[in-house]
Amino acid sequence: MPRFWRWFWVVGLGVPIALFTVWGLVDNAKLFLTTALNGLTLAALYFLVASGFTLVFGLMRNVNLAHGSLYLLGAYVGYVVGDKTGSWLLAVAAGFASAALLGLVLQTTVFRFMQGQDLRQTLVTIALSIMLADVLLWIFGGEIYQFDPPRWIFGRTPLPLVQVYPTYRLVLLAISAAIGVLLWLFLNRTRVGMMIRAGVDDRGMLAAAGVNVQSVFAITFAIGAGLAGFAGVVGGTALSIAPGEDTRYQLASLVVVIVGGMGSVVGAAIGAALIGVAEQFGLAYAPTYSVVFTFVIMALVLAFRPQGLLGRRA
Amino acid sequence: MSASEWRKAMNAGAGRTAWPRTAAAAPAPSRAARWRGRGAASADVRDETRWLRWIGGRVRARHVLVLLAVLAYPLLAPPFFTFQIGGQALALGLIALSLTFLAGYGGMVSLAQMTVAGIAGYMYAIFATSGTDISLGWPWWLAVFLALAIATVCGILIGWFSVRTEGIYTIMITLAIGVAFFYLVQQNYSVFNGFQGFQSVKTPRVLGVELRDPVPFYYLALFWALAGYFAVKYLLRAPFGVALQGIRDNPRRMAALGFNVTAHRVAAYAVAGLIAAVGGILMVWYNGLVSPGSVGTSWLINILIIAVLGGMRHPIGPFIGAIVFVLLQNFAVDLVDRERFNLLIGAIFLIIVLFSPDGLLGWWAGGAVRLRAVSARGRLGRRVETGEA
Amino acid sequence: MTSFTRQCIRQLALAAVFTVLAGTADAQQVVKIGLLATLEGPFAAGGQDGMRGAELAVKQRNGMVAGKKIEIIKASSDAKPDVAVNATRKLVEQDKVDIMVGPLSGSEGIAVKNYSKSQPGTTFINGSSGAQATTLTDPSPNFFRFNTEGAQWMVGLGDYALKTKGYKKMALIAEDYAFPYSQVQGFMTEYCKAGGRVTHKAWVPLGGKDYSSVIAKLPGDVDALLVVLGGSDAVNFLTQYEQAGGSKPMVGGSITVDQTVLNFKGKRRESLLGTPSAGPIADSYDAPEWKKFVADYKANFKDGFPSPSLFAYVYYINMKAALDGLEAVNGDLSGGQAKYREALKNLKLQTPTGVVTLDENRQAIGTTFVTEVAAGPDGVYYNKVVKVVPNVNQRLGMSKADFDKVGLGSRDVPNCP
Repeated sequence: MPRFWRWFWVVGLGVPIALFTVWGLVDNAKLFLTTALNGLTLAALYFLVASGFTLVFGLMRNVNLAHGSLYLLGAYVGYVVGDKTGSWLLAVAAGFASAALLGLVLQTTVFRFMQGQDLRQTLVTIALSIMLADVLLWIFGGEIYQFDPPRWIFGRTPLPLVQVYPTYRLVLLAISAAIGVLLWLFLNRTRVGMMIRAGVDDRGMLAAAGVNVQSVFAITFAIGAGLAGFAGVVGGTALSIAPGEDTRYQLASLVVVIVGGMGSVVGAAIGAALIGVAEQFGLAYAPTYSVVFTFVIMALVLAFRPQGLLGRRA
Repeated sequence: MSASEWRKAMNAGAGRTAWPRTAAAAPAPSRAARWRGRGAASADVRDETRWLRWIGGRVRARHVLVLLAVLAYPLLAPPFFTFQIGGQALALGLIALSLTFLAGYGGMVSLAQMTVAGIAGYMYAIFATSGTDISLGWPWWLAVFLALAIATVCGILIGWFSVRTEGIYTIMITLAIGVAFFYLVQQNYSVFNGFQGFQSVKTPRVLGVELRDPVPFYYLALFWALAGYFAVKYLLRAPFGVALQGIRDNPRRMAALGFNVTAHRVAAYAVAGLIAAVGGILMVWYNGLVSPGSVGTSWLINILIIAVLGGMRHPIGPFIGAIVFVLLQNFAVDLVDRERFNLLIGAIFLIIVLFSPDGLLGWWAGGAVRLRAVSARGRLGRRVETGEA
Repeated sequence: MTSFTRQCIRQLALAAVFTVLAGTADAQQVVKIGLLATLEGPFAAGGQDGMRGAELAVKQRNGMVAGKKIEIIKASSDAKPDVAVNATRKLVEQDKVDIMVGPLSGSEGIAVKNYSKSQPGTTFINGSSGAQATTLTDPSPNFFRFNTEGAQWMVGLGDYALKTKGYKKMALIAEDYAFPYSQVQGFMTEYCKAGGRVTHKAWVPLGGKDYSSVIAKLPGDVDALLVVLGGSDAVNFLTQYEQAGGSKPMVGGSITVDQTVLNFKGKRRESLLGTPSAGPIADSYDAPEWKKFVADYKANFKDGFPSPSLFAYVYYINMKAALDGLEAVNGDLSGGQAKYREALKNLKLQTPTGVVTLDENRQAIGTTFVTEVAAGPDGVYYNKVVKVVPNVNQRLGMSKADFDKVGLGSRDVPNCP
């Protein structure tokens, strides 16, 4: 990086952020720290949704614009299971399983016949998202659903400086970190993970090496979709489920992935952290334009690093 | 992946339907040969009639029929059909045309074309007269000029942002930009009047004609739709359009030939921005209002649906798509429950994408090819019977 | 598949032709009423219940008024003003309805009111839209609203919060658009006049979902919170506030603790007990007219809510007004509906919550209930009536000059920090 640009970034971004941090801590340390924690926990949720999106995109170049619908589907199925069995953990499992199953079906019956036709695949996912949203509205209506998680994760935890903090949001942070680690282990330490990474780098070579690319694709799509369904239950517990959440998380994962770099799981984590923190600080300190902050970050990244922070040139 | 691969992806299945490519992109040899042949046969034809011949060579009976039909339409249809079906379809078709131009010929699928149209609408509402104090009340022609200029500049900016990455990313980036604009107008009260937007936006009266009355509005929209259509057709044959299509098919080769790929793409966004801006002004006159809902996610996607529905292989596609879309929007309620309108439009979109990537035009072309094959076989059969062969 | 779509297109063409022809049919023995509500998107549940309310009004008359058959033609929007106007235009110009009832939400209402000016031959009656500006700014001579609006719904609550509950200082959290502005105006006009103070206003973006940072910023030195959020925003806020250890009592807006929020699918609602709010209806109102209305609703709509929602009620009274007016003129819609409109203007509408009359802008003057959330013996939560305020008008009891000085509610109006 040329010297000028390094100074440009330090002066243009680093100094204002540092000043703001000092001011925030002096002015109201509790608010500042709570907001930072809120930002991180929201980022954890965004990461859960976006990691599946970026995984699928990285391997298959499939911009799955029905990813948000899978989130909502997992959430509703999870709710039904949780309501019938009374077990939140079963609900989480059902959320993952249902979305993963739908993902698997989609990959094997639709997308595998459109190999390499990226735009058509994307158009199909748009059509599916419109239809899924309407079918879910048809079945579940416009009511608001909330999960009933075990008491022990739904109380408050005393923390230094911020006094008390919702336990569930900390649990969310832990779940997200665990998923991140698991995903890393899966991609870096297992045979399938190795194939997926190889596929991200060069699909043609992977196939030529004698790997059954179709089954690798199917597994990846199922995991990616399953992560969306999983996030549906976990996120639905933190907030609530209602029509419209699909678009919200679809957009969140789009922005996270654009910022973090498309196809990179680590990039998704960084992107999610940036977006989540920016959104929460926006809500606390400039509520009117909180949503716009997110997009300012995106525009900055696009202007100076079009491939995303950790993305590679296509 | 490169744009060329992506383009291939878009073209997959084209061989089956065999839709004739535009002359510029791949000059149809048969037509060119016929042209030369005719020219040689009548070499003594004078210069003055060359234009007539040119028109005669291109204009077919079906073109004249369509033109007569759209011109006579308001005389036959009730005002509701003139305004809400005809006028709205033409205005929406114009916005979708800008997407067809970008996607079909530039290889860049932008979901932000409705945003550009919305910017034009908002700017018109701000500079001209509406029911809100924010509006400046300037003369309508000045407001129109400013709105078109600002929207086109915004279109160029969006293009500049999105051409920095390639191919399939465009759709994500433009979607994100479009939604950012939606949130901005919903939250900003000092300029965009927030959630309410601008209500009762005044439509100009020109020479005593209220432009929002069904018949004047229809002809106004028709004029601009035809202007947009012919502008796009002209551009595609002009050097710029040919270069653009070359860039769509193989940007690297075009760069090697000395073409500035980025500049051509941004210029395409400028053209598309202007077309969408005109459509946006028509829409704000049509609705008499502009609100965050006019630039929300559903409208961004609807423009894509219209363009894909009609077919992106010919500039007439978006207008056909718009007519079908508007008819569905108005009369789906009489067929299925209006509550399930989204399911219906989603299913139709899915069917089109799955079975006819070239939209309704693809079906038309496929049907025509089949028909020709059938009739040719029939003729052959007769010839055999009569012993001519 | 192909033949299926082809079939669809053919049907579509047929329908188009048919509707053109149907438009010219003899309309003497039938009165056509267009009914518009939001059946798509997040407001769909409310829109469906609104339709139920309107249908109930027709059913109570067995579909006949003054010897004429009532034909209802439905249309739907997605809460966007341009879509609402398109749907209305189809009903009015294509289906040629005589009377139009709808739409559901505030900005739709303003847009339809503006459209109504270009259709002097049709009478427009509101659905459930509750923007102040619809009738206060630039009213339309053929647009009638028999329901009270957002600001009127909060009258009485300010006094109740200050005097009965003793909340002297409050913080406000509300969505950032016109409907909450008017609700807050209705509350604060009274509350500030009586000496209360609202020291902190948090306007949150619509559909923000994650309120934890907004909650962290709420001041600790207030007696209570005024919460004007609707639907899932309300549920999210309440859950997160409880999780964050918030313990301030709350005062709710009209849709903060309504049926959709009280009956959300989940199990945690204890924090809502005792929350006062105000609105045009109250589940537990014990007037016989109200009880009959609820019983009728339950008998007719097995799939409805346990008790009619605000939307059902408001659509019901507007449709009832349309039919009562029709009866008053004996079904006579001649003369550009002049007689009918005169009858509507002078109507003393008997509603389940008392008599409603119209002011000079054709806006309702009606009853507001102050309520408190209570638990029934079966564990179902409902709104218990604590005060009934009759004859609430749109200027909140002020003279025209005084009200115009204040203007419509906004982020900063009214203000008493």
